[in-house]
Amino acid sequence: MASAKPSAGTQRPISPHLQIYSPLINMMMSIIHRITGVALYGGTLLLAFYLVSAASGPEAYYHAKWIFGKPIGLIILFGYTWALFHHMLGGIRHMIWDTGRGFDLATVDRLCWGSLIGSISLTILVWVAAFML
Amino acid sequence: MTTTLRPTPSPNDAQIRTPLARVRGLGSAKEGTDHFWRQRVTGVANLFLVIFAVFLMLKLVGASYQNARAILSSPLVTLPLGMLILSGVIHMRLGMQTVIEDYIHSEGLKIVLLMLNTFFAIAVGATCILAVLKLAFGS
Repeated sequence: MASAKPSAGTQRPISPHLQIYSPLINMMMSIIHRITGVALYGGTLLLAFYLVSAASGPEAYYHAKWIFGKPIGLIILFGYTWALFHHMLGGIRHMIWDTGRGFDLATVDRLCWGSLIGSISLTILVWVAAFML
Repeated sequence: MTTTLRPTPSPNDAQIRTPLARVRGLGSAKEGTDHFWRQRVTGVANLFLVIFAVFLMLKLVGASYQNARAILSSPLVTLPLGMLILSGVIHMRLGMQTVIEDYIHSEGLKIVLLMLNTFFAIAVGATCILAVLKLAFGS
């Protein structure tokens, strides 16, 4: 069977990897899309914790509310909100690309910056609304 | 041979694959574009359901226990919430599967992690659904 590893003693050329390229916005957005996806994966535990607490009775509910209201809880929830919006807008960007549109460099840059600025704006908007309501 | 439009033309491919295999388009894993397609379908569903969830979250911020229970017992809330959980865990399982397949090169570990990925998605999904049902129907 052929091995995936190069044979000993031979220095074969290898394709360049991430550290070779200067960071571009589309590449950063691609990486962040994956990272936010993984973060949201773990973050479902927060949703499960909240729902189970609410379903368990007042004591558990107020305990969860107390944890989410602490600075560390608020920071995690803020990050979760941003990850959610960023992954959502990134998903919309990918669906535009799935149709074969928007691959010229100017549009790629605009879509990438748009999703970053959009996710930050939406996060701030929601948190301002949360504190005002 | 007639020329066919394929994404990766290979000179031998046309002879090796039978016309039936080609028209089915399922590839060697016999899944075809199933993974890709499910990811897109659940992604679109999540788009709408997450927007709903953000508004729900805003309603629940700072709510007393009685208020939270009242909000979370309405079918107009529990129904989309249940759908979000279902669509969400399917979407995240597919996404994490891709991440594992990309980065884990040892076959044994990969299989273990893929299995744990499925277990995690089902466990989180089932826990959330049970809580939502209890909120909807429980005392």
